[in-house]
Amino acid sequence: MSEQAQPILTVRGISKRFGGVQALKDIHFDVLPGEVHALVGENGAGKSTLMNILGGIVPRDSGEVVFMGREVRFNAPQEAIDAGIAIIHQELAMLPTLSIIDNVFMGRMPARLGWISWGELEKLTQKALARVGLHQVNPYTRVRDLSASQRQLVEIAKALSLNARLLIMDEPNSSLSESETQTLFRVIHELQQDGVSIIFVSHKIEEVLQISQRISVLRDGCNTGTLSQSEATVEKIIQMMVGRELVRDHRRGQQNSGEVLLQVSALSGQGFRDVSFEVRKGEILGFSGLVGAGRSELARAVFGADPVFGGEIRWQGRPVRWNSPADAIRAGVAMVQEDRKVQSLFMKLPILFNMTLATLPAYTRRGWIDYQKAREVSQFLVQKLSIKLGSLDHPVSSLSGGNQQKTILARWLAANPKLLILDEPTHGVDVGAKAEIYQLIRRLAEDGVAIWLISSELPEILTMSDRVAVMCEGRLAAVLERDQADEEKIMAYATGTVSQPAAALL
Amino acid sequence: MSQSPSSRFQTSLKTLLRTREAGVFLALVLLVIIMGFLSPYFLLSENIFNVLRSMATIAIMAIGMTMVIVTGGIDLSVGSVLAASAMLTARLIFYTELNPWLAVVVGIGFGMFLGLINGFLITRVKIAPFIATLGMLSIARGLTYMIASGLQGTVASNIPMRDPAVNFLGAGYIGPVPFPVILMVILVVIFSLFLKFTVLGRQIYAVGSNELAARLSGVNLTRVKLFVYSLTGALAGFAGILNAGLLSTSATNAGLGNELDVIAAVAIGGASLAGGEGTIYGAVIGAAIMAVLRNAFVLLKLPVYMQTIAIGVVIILAVASDQLQRRGSNRH
Repeated sequence: MSEQAQPILTVRGISKRFGGVQALKDIHFDVLPGEVHALVGENGAGKSTLMNILGGIVPRDSGEVVFMGREVRFNAPQEAIDAGIAIIHQELAMLPTLSIIDNVFMGRMPARLGWISWGELEKLTQKALARVGLHQVNPYTRVRDLSASQRQLVEIAKALSLNARLLIMDEPNSSLSESETQTLFRVIHELQQDGVSIIFVSHKIEEVLQISQRISVLRDGCNTGTLSQSEATVEKIIQMMVGRELVRDHRRGQQNSGEVLLQVSALSGQGFRDVSFEVRKGEILGFSGLVGAGRSELARAVFGADPVFGGEIRWQGRPVRWNSPADAIRAGVAMVQEDRKVQSLFMKLPILFNMTLATLPAYTRRGWIDYQKAREVSQFLVQKLSIKLGSLDHPVSSLSGGNQQKTILARWLAANPKLLILDEPTHGVDVGAKAEIYQLIRRLAEDGVAIWLISSELPEILTMSDRVAVMCEGRLAAVLERDQADEEKIMAYATGTVSQPAAALL
Repeated sequence: MSQSPSSRFQTSLKTLLRTREAGVFLALVLLVIIMGFLSPYFLLSENIFNVLRSMATIAIMAIGMTMVIVTGGIDLSVGSVLAASAMLTARLIFYTELNPWLAVVVGIGFGMFLGLINGFLITRVKIAPFIATLGMLSIARGLTYMIASGLQGTVASNIPMRDPAVNFLGAGYIGPVPFPVILMVILVVIFSLFLKFTVLGRQIYAVGSNELAARLSGVNLTRVKLFVYSLTGALAGFAGILNAGLLSTSATNAGLGNELDVIAAVAIGGASLAGGEGTIYGAVIGAAIMAVLRNAFVLLKLPVYMQTIAIGVVIILAVASDQLQRRGSNRH
């Protein structure tokens, strides 16, 4: 870090209050030209508020922002964009039914006498796409037909075509696989060379360490410090984030002796082919692989949510065919879906409703719901999972990401499942809640519940799993015992650079 | 790596053929061919122009409705706004010395004003479009009665359209072509180009595709919505004047239930009621299918109730086939 460089952005003493909540308190920090400055903190620490203030989405109460040498106060997103600050929101900020061109240029289409020249826009879009490595993609492709990583790159292309000097990236890699993340990082490095500054907001501390020159940590709306890359460690950052030291996770004892609960033989379906494996009582079976390898598809098919084309499923020794999730749930299977907002939660409905949905029959008397009982069970689960909430009657959207995830876990725990399928259970969850979810998963396994854990985070797979199944392009590439599994080996199988002989799978 | 022009043309042709509009268009062509065989009168140019004239007012309103539905909204008030605008114009021509063309402008302006109120209720008061325009459906119909009766309170169910020049808009012919058909074609072309080639046109799609994302991209949601509802009101007013001109009278029950025909045309034409998708020419094809069906039942002397059932079946079939196709394309 050079001392003489003038910061491109300086934030002095920003505060913001929403009703009774102090979201930000006297925040100071700055960003240098060509610097990647990471912003980390638990959910609710104030990262989004700070971003939204810089992007002109919410006004600040007090404090000062100096951008490129002059004091600024943006009253609308457009003003920030015009000044050269672009926010790359998580996927939700796209126009799925429209083309890449529309997405890149919405809000500022160059027009002559009000008329758009599509030929010109196509060329500009191609140029922008080339800068992020998407040379091959047709600019007229609808965004909903792109993969998650392509969408992310389109968002970056959009920001670049705005001639932004400062990019704010909100959890840019939360839905990307390892290799896609590396592509993203390569693009970020190239941008840095062009002198673009980046504020990188993320939960993934290992990756933050890899990409950023400086790291600022927010906790409860305060800036608890800024570290340079050389002085930062995972432990130090976590400590600054949560204000206490977390015990790093330790692997638990081998648990391979339980009876076989679920046996899958030569199963094929949409997105996976010829997959055979088994899950035992009390074990945690991790499923690793790149995004799109067919892990979620396999789990959803077994759970009865998607059709099975061929093969056999045995449950406690007997062949079964579950045609709907209701069948699987009755047998004792529970599944926490990947995208909680879309596939699991009813955001506007009360927490109580969300928590008891799967087990309502258990709370009914002669067909009528006994709310007293439902409330008692929910209250018990709230305590057991230490969910932080105002009231069971508040909408689930009032909770932080971690507590939303715990609400879904509570829904399925209330059903006392024998097999619990978890699809990315810590996606978008902050470190504190993550550690609690890990502990909970372990406790469940110790109580004899079989856990089928799908995760794109290798450290998560490695610390949690008794065995690791690796999928590659719809096939099961390997099942590794815990002591054989390491990052290199998993990645080798996941990317298809090695393959295990079929016999060794059994 | 860029594609060669011919391969690009092929891929864009392929994507065009895969669109819902192409499917609906094929259905229309098939329907026309079958009718050509079943009835010797159907393909006579006179009959074809009759069919086109009968769909003109629905198609013109469908232009606005497409935009409203693309933003993720709905406008249930078009049938009533049609009647109110036409009644106001008829009254001004009949009872005042006002220039008849000015009366037309005032009528269309009144429709636009009612649409603007819809937009205001939706953007500022934050009432759901369904409810706001359901209210306007009732209010505008009531206003129609009020305008017809005048302040004296005499009960009138219609007012004659007294100016032949104005009536030419709806009843005239240029050569063999009914004038309202020409107006329909002009408006469809203008607004199709508008949606595709202007900034505001693209913003209409953006708002319906993802409102939050549109706002964050700097799109002024209020402006876009006020525009589409006002335009729909104005087009409904214009359609009302064509309709009254054709009949040489403005009736209090004009356009009753038209809103459902217009929405059906837009839905058959491929627009998603969830917003973000839909085209004006799709809606026009939808209107054409309904008009041909109606004509077919008359020519074939089939009972009217069967016609009503057939149109319902077509609406459901069109949307269902789209669903099935989508499921199919998700497979590969």
